[in-house]
Amino acid sequence: MIEPYLRSFEAFARDGGASAPDWARALRLSAITRFETLGFPTTRNEDWHFTSVAPLADAALLPLTNPSGSVSASDLVPFTFGTDWHELVFVNGRFQPDLSRTGGLPDGVRVMPLARAYDELPILVEQHVGRIASIDAHAFTALNTAFLNDGAVIHVSRDVEVAKPIHLLFVSDAGAVGGTSQPRNLIVLDRFAKATVVETYCATARGAATYFTNAVTEATLADGATLTHLKLQRESAAAYHVGTLDVRQARDSHLVSFSFATGAALSRTNIYTELRGEGCGATLNGLYLGDAEQTIDHQTRIEHVEPNCYSRELYKGILDGASHGVFNGKVFVHPEAQKTDGKQTNNTLLLSEKAQIDTKPQLEIFADDVKCTHGATVGRLDETSLFYMKSRGIDARMARELLTYAFAADVLETIELAEVREGLEAATLRRYTEGDRRLAVR
Amino acid sequence: MLQIQDLRATVADKEILRGITLTVNAGEVHAVMGPNGSGKSTLAQILAGHPAYEVTGGSVTYEGEDLLAMDAEVRAQAGVFLAFQYPIEIPGVSNAYFLRAAYNEIRRARGEEEVDPMSFADLMDEKMKLVEMDGAMLTRSVNMGFSGGEKKRNEILQMAVLEPKLAILDETDSGLDIDALRIVAGGVNALKRADRATIVVTHYQRLLNYIVPDFVHVLAGGRIVRSGGPELALELEAKGYDWLLEEAIA
Repeated sequence: MIEPYLRSFEAFARDGGASAPDWARALRLSAITRFETLGFPTTRNEDWHFTSVAPLADAALLPLTNPSGSVSASDLVPFTFGTDWHELVFVNGRFQPDLSRTGGLPDGVRVMPLARAYDELPILVEQHVGRIASIDAHAFTALNTAFLNDGAVIHVSRDVEVAKPIHLLFVSDAGAVGGTSQPRNLIVLDRFAKATVVETYCATARGAATYFTNAVTEATLADGATLTHLKLQRESAAAYHVGTLDVRQARDSHLVSFSFATGAALSRTNIYTELRGEGCGATLNGLYLGDAEQTIDHQTRIEHVEPNCYSRELYKGILDGASHGVFNGKVFVHPEAQKTDGKQTNNTLLLSEKAQIDTKPQLEIFADDVKCTHGATVGRLDETSLFYMKSRGIDARMARELLTYAFAADVLETIELAEVREGLEAATLRRYTEGDRRLAVR
Repeated sequence: MLQIQDLRATVADKEILRGITLTVNAGEVHAVMGPNGSGKSTLAQILAGHPAYEVTGGSVTYEGEDLLAMDAEVRAQAGVFLAFQYPIEIPGVSNAYFLRAAYNEIRRARGEEEVDPMSFADLMDEKMKLVEMDGAMLTRSVNMGFSGGEKKRNEILQMAVLEPKLAILDETDSGLDIDALRIVAGGVNALKRADRATIVVTHYQRLLNYIVPDFVHVLAGGRIVRSGGPELALELEAKGYDWLLEEAIA
């Protein structure tokens, strides 16, 4: 079912594509060619073994090359974190200057939509866009790249720390229904730069709005740079979502990533990083909360290329109804990457008989002097813990609710950014305590 | 306060208690001693309502009510407290939150007002001194990363906050060094009152130097084979359990 996409590309190349520089148009062309070859992945593809995208492929949600949308600032309130953050808002994939806020950025920090970056940061975008996230094996990245048109570009100069978080807010409204929006973001941190970027994917459309968000973010961290990246996936219940973060890390750089996924009928989040210098660290944590017929899939890949790097990974999930979770955590340790210190953990709590999780740790180690561990647990609430709480006078329902919330809070508390941590804690508490007011947070 | 009558219980179809009869009155301290596998921890857990055990016979009456018919949380709300031999770790729930939730549940059950976090903090300051605990332990997740001694002190702290009528200490002394033992025992003694009772389950006599019992019972093979005063504990310390087991068989 890729012909409609090819026709859509032809129209796009004639129309919306005209404003892009030559390199971008060439990139799109090679990407659509690649997508034509790959097609949508099937479950025969090892990377998609547990998640079928057939419903998405059949739905023919064509790219929104000229989207419209009507979202007001008040619609965004549930998804924003106060007014002092830097914020770029995209509606159905298109940048909305009126809803965005980029004033007060420190010197040496540029935050702008891609179309402006073509003019103002031409070398930067040409150097990096399409050079990090590979289209070779990833059909969705190829599709995104073919329709490369809008997204956020963030550049932080050497030694600059951006004190306030930068929020990239991708909203879908009724105008997204039946279509696909494909934001393409780039984050470039120069030597010893430091920034926090939050990506939110959400919908203002009520009810079962079916649309597809296919997002790609590329990031490159120079020596000693630190990126904290939080992805909050809260799409509409009938939506499809594929989101990729692909990072390259130079010497002594640090990536701290958190992926929160609770929306969409079918979602896939890819978090990839390559540790290409000594002394790097990567912390990849996440929480997925599923219900009804949802599929929530995470794939992480950490490539230890150089020695003396560490990676830490903790993904937890709570699945209810007939929801289906997937966690595939890959860690590759290259032959030169001695003294690699890697730890990966995936714990899933199943609240119903029909909920299921496929968890697949994948460690491939080609160096001989490394310390790498992984562990996965799948289970129900621990009866001994329930008894312990009840033996202190806490009733059975409250004990269950508290333990369910605590299971999630255990990973949420790793989020350093207080606004996000507290917001997610409160939302998680509300979700699992049926409004029990006795359970006021801490 | 507590009447146990011919109590029989199994776990996974294996009979552990084979007819226990024991009466505990308000103001009394009872020590239940016995070798490994004698059923003494089972007795403690059954009194608290652990779901893994099946009571197959006999009765337990607590303040005139059928204790075995009550859910574990109802027993706790009625004043029964078990200090666990192996306290449970609960990641993600802070010690302070857990204690306040339990305290308020028990107050609600008694028809008393719930306390707000501020007043609760004052109460905690006072109770923490009793077990010489550091305030930092309140903000940590329940028992997570606590040493063996810290976990046991945390149990006694919970007991001090919840103020049970019937406290059951299940091998609270196991794994404690002498300083921790002294602190734990001091905490238990401070809570002693004429309207409360304590059952101390222990393998060793050592704890009974600090918590002096009124009665000592020796459990073997799921039965009480000997009861006596505090001097029985000293005799056991000197002679071990074997002579009693032999006598019981003979």
